[in-house]
Amino acid sequence: MAKRGPGPGGPPPGGGFRKPKNIRGTLGKLMAYLGRYKPHLVLVAVLLVVSSACTVGGSYLIRPLINDYILPGDFPGLARMLAVMALVYVLGAVCSFGYSRIMVHISQTTVAKIRADLFGKMQDLPLKFFDTHTHGELMSRYTNDIETVSEALNNSFGSLISCALNFSGTIAMMLFLNPALSLVTFGTLAVMLLVVKNIGSRSRRYFAAQQKALGEVNGYIEEMIEGQKVIKVFNHEKEAKADFQRRNEAYRSAAARAQIFSGMMMPAMGNLNYINYAVTCCVGALLAIRNGDLGGLAAFLQYSRQVGQPITQMSQQVNTLLSAVAGAERIFEIMETPPETDEGKVRLVRAAEDAEGNLTRVHYDNNTWAWLKPDGTLVPLRGDVRFDHVVFGYDEGRTILHDISLFAKPGQKIAFVGSTGAGKTTITSLINRFYEIQGGTITYDGIDVKDIAKESLRRSLGAVLQDTHLFSGTVAENIRYGRLDATDEEVEAAARLAGADGFIRHLPQGYQTVLSGSGGSLSQGERQLLNIARAACANPPVLILDEATSSIDTRTEKLIEKGMDRLMAGRTVFVIAHRLSTVRNAKAIMVLEQGEVIERGDHDDLLAQKGRYYQLYTGLAELA
Amino acid sequence: MRNKLWPHARPYSLWIIAGVACSAMEAVFELLIPLVMSDIVDIGIANGDQAFILRKGGLMIALAVASLCFGLGAAVTSSVAGMGFGANLRRAEYDHIQTFAFSNIEHFSTASLVTRLTNDVHNLQMSLMMSMRLMVRAPVMLVAALFFSIRISYRLSNIFLVALPLLAVVVSILLVKTGPLFRSLQEKTDALNLVVQENLAGIRVVKSFVRGDHEREKFAERNNDLKSTSLRAFGKVVINMPLMMLIVYGTIIAVMWFGGQMVYAGTLEAGKLITYFTYISQIMMSLMMVSMIFMMLTRTVACAKRVTEVLSETPAITDDEAETQGTGMPADGSIDFDHVYFKYNAENADWILEDVNLHIPSGSTVGILGGTGSGKTSLVSLIPRLYEANKGSVSVGGKPVTAYTMERLRDAVSVVLQKNTLFTGTIRENLLWGDPGASEDQLWAACRAACADEFLERMPQGLDTDLGQGGVNVSGGQKQRLCIARAILKRPKVLILDDSTSAVDTATDAKIRAAFAQELKDATKLIIAQRVTSVQEADLILVMDGGKIAAQGTHEELLRSCDIYREVYQSQQEGGSIDG
Repeated sequence: MAKRGPGPGGPPPGGGFRKPKNIRGTLGKLMAYLGRYKPHLVLVAVLLVVSSACTVGGSYLIRPLINDYILPGDFPGLARMLAVMALVYVLGAVCSFGYSRIMVHISQTTVAKIRADLFGKMQDLPLKFFDTHTHGELMSRYTNDIETVSEALNNSFGSLISCALNFSGTIAMMLFLNPALSLVTFGTLAVMLLVVKNIGSRSRRYFAAQQKALGEVNGYIEEMIEGQKVIKVFNHEKEAKADFQRRNEAYRSAAARAQIFSGMMMPAMGNLNYINYAVTCCVGALLAIRNGDLGGLAAFLQYSRQVGQPITQMSQQVNTLLSAVAGAERIFEIMETPPETDEGKVRLVRAAEDAEGNLTRVHYDNNTWAWLKPDGTLVPLRGDVRFDHVVFGYDEGRTILHDISLFAKPGQKIAFVGSTGAGKTTITSLINRFYEIQGGTITYDGIDVKDIAKESLRRSLGAVLQDTHLFSGTVAENIRYGRLDATDEEVEAAARLAGADGFIRHLPQGYQTVLSGSGGSLSQGERQLLNIARAACANPPVLILDEATSSIDTRTEKLIEKGMDRLMAGRTVFVIAHRLSTVRNAKAIMVLEQGEVIERGDHDDLLAQKGRYYQLYTGLAELA
Repeated sequence: MRNKLWPHARPYSLWIIAGVACSAMEAVFELLIPLVMSDIVDIGIANGDQAFILRKGGLMIALAVASLCFGLGAAVTSSVAGMGFGANLRRAEYDHIQTFAFSNIEHFSTASLVTRLTNDVHNLQMSLMMSMRLMVRAPVMLVAALFFSIRISYRLSNIFLVALPLLAVVVSILLVKTGPLFRSLQEKTDALNLVVQENLAGIRVVKSFVRGDHEREKFAERNNDLKSTSLRAFGKVVINMPLMMLIVYGTIIAVMWFGGQMVYAGTLEAGKLITYFTYISQIMMSLMMVSMIFMMLTRTVACAKRVTEVLSETPAITDDEAETQGTGMPADGSIDFDHVYFKYNAENADWILEDVNLHIPSGSTVGILGGTGSGKTSLVSLIPRLYEANKGSVSVGGKPVTAYTMERLRDAVSVVLQKNTLFTGTIRENLLWGDPGASEDQLWAACRAACADEFLERMPQGLDTDLGQGGVNVSGGQKQRLCIARAILKRPKVLILDDSTSAVDTATDAKIRAAFAQELKDATKLIIAQRVTSVQEADLILVMDGGKIAAQGTHEELLRSCDIYREVYQSQQEGGSIDG
């Protein structure tokens, strides 16, 4: 569930008072977003000033009202004056509505733009980025961080300025009305600022402790509820309760302390303001005995009641604004992460072959593809993949693949076997350039993959990956993910090829069954079948099958074998498999061990070599 | 609903009463101050009585100090009560979830339970705290200010007869209008977050199918939807404030007009008129606060409902029958299924298990094979009573599983689940789940039996290695072996392995099974596996198909008599399988 903005009584869970690192820089970037609203913002500024002037000025009118009209009994004048007052108030209210409404527009469109930019940017980031950031961390950019930015633009921004204007306006009016009396108020204000600072800094400290305790409780809850079934199986309920209660109790006491301090702010400020009011009243009354300016006193009292409010409000808004800047900073951090490098110029285009075998580019779907080089020449897409002395590591200094050389000729089936961590999946991730290699070259139909535009490169490769991710949507939509313009017939044909047609027809709505929660209602095997169907639908010249059938029981696997054979026919296929039976008929089998190809050859060659493959194969035969 | 939540606040009822009293007193004292002020103006200034002014001034300060004390009291009591209530509620909910059967957990889903325990409870505790501070203050303020206003001038107070209903109407119209908008805002936010979540989880798929633009479009659609809804929702909210201000100002002008005439006529003193203004803003402020509280409460009500749902969920499996019969532990590890029918949800049409009959003698090893969805996991889940059979009976040690308390039964029946979890902490801490009193030697013995010793010995900290959250510091195969060791430590009468060695290589798998025969001689061992090699030496092999036991027998018998078994066996014979 999405966390909403700051709840009552404090920042949102996990929000805390995170200080932004570079306020000015981040504000600058935010302002760049607001740049196209310059005319709007100017209008907002004008409206803010007018509305503050009306609020402050309206209170001043009390003085002439009492002194010049009520006390002398000038009722026509009073009516005129009241009409003026009404006008001032209406103008103030209209302006205040106006700027709030414009700010809502600015903030919501800006936030929508930031969200879209962030999401768009995310699509361009290299996989490495997702490997090094948890989903929860990235998710919180969209929920907490954007939420605080939205909240700040929506409210805090405007109120902060309006508070500042009201505050200075009120101070100015007080000085104008009665400089001597103002001194009393300033004294109180100084005390109030001191209190805000004092309570504020202590409250911040306690809040940090509260957030830490809250994080611990929530983290514990998450882990335990995830593992609730294991708790049941091990009769571990009592211990789980006791451990939970310890953390719950720690949070309770930390939270109570933090809330007491933040809760003190309001009564402290409010009542200090009343003390100010009392003192002002006394001093003002003593002065009024001498000058008889009753209206002035009434207006001044009104101001002295108003003057404290902006301070409390501002201290709250500044916190919201600071956490919004911190949030924006984290958002911009992602936006500034360098995207996947894609300097490739070679593109994948449709082509047709004439009688002499010359290729010409066409714009209709004829199932023939070619590489279009920047110089305009066309190279037929055949599926010839070569690794030449490839060196790779996910992190610098930790090499995963050492000097890998291999080739797959068009239409060949190349298999990788080896234990976990040997580097099988890594090799296939390099073909579609999920990661950048550190040494050597990978060529595709003779072209360095670095020279091929990533989009074209990946479009020419179909992958059935280890993690069987499905999207919310219907079964048909998930299969069509491979090729968006596939017809219903093509979708069903792909499903039949993958052997998924049978179970899909047993689903309540067949192909139109909506899969929710990433297809959680399907078994792992069924999800793998859908993944195969999706790749079949894409109909790519090169296929990567990474443990594509690992969760499908051997009997079903047997049943879909024909379909798989048809799927693989005529294509270059890279297969990673658990079961040696799946790879046995491969043209070349690479046995990987700790990032090196230690053996290669076809099944019979490898058996004849009597090496690792032989051991694996026959060792099992002995066990069997 | 309140009945479910109130008991958790009851221990703090004294704090709540004190807090409410403090809030109320704070408001009353605050309101007395302007009243004193009117005396200063009307008596002090009018008579030029300096001593009177100073005396009254002192009184005002005293009132403000009193109000301050009550205010601080309210802050303290509301924090203690609110956070205490939250802690109690969270604990009650968490403890109640501990009584849930698997089906209860699935009914809510793990993610939803987490939200209900974290965000929802957080919201409720904050609501109680804020209600104690504001919900009392606002009405007391309203009533007291009205009372004082009427006392100052009954005639002038007729203005409220117009202003108050007007304000009430405006506020309620706004509440009615914005309520559904905010609900739909939440739904749209969730829909948008779903796209992000799916993209994070499936980024490899998106990238390999080059669907970045497609996803961007999908996102843009929901983003625009969210934008237009939030524009409408917040656009309505911002009318709130200016409209209320207008009503307040209108009231002030009316008071000025009528009050001014009364002052001139001598029926009202000038100081009283000034005090009157103060009360008007107090009344209006408190009304605004009430409307804010209402907004907050609409969200709170939803949270309260969600928490109450968890608290009122009846555990699907209880010890009721066991307690009346008072049986102890299962006598041995024999297992019987007598015409057992089972499905996860009573509304489903098809049975997951249909008419299963089975006798497994104590101490034997049983292998279970079958295709995806054939009911293997469901079958073994009934033995430790993780789920309840719909029809027929499941017995362990000669007595129905319902005759034992769950604790006794599950102590005797140890399951290594397919989706298993290790928890944050050291390996030792995790193993001790199996037997809290296990000695160092026993721990290592279990690890040896599960073939976990070889990698543990290579770890610098051995058993005290920190696993990290969710066991991220060990590989899949290592995790499985630790889970098996944890299960062995229970010294169960029945040990169930649900495809628990899928990430372990065949040789190790065989070693583990050999260790079982040694270490757990007397225990009944049930092994669900994909590989025939994992089960072929078993005393009995069950072949499951479509929720029924298609065949049972030894390896040789099944090779002769069962087509499915032969087919599976042959398909696996053609090529082996290695650790992957």
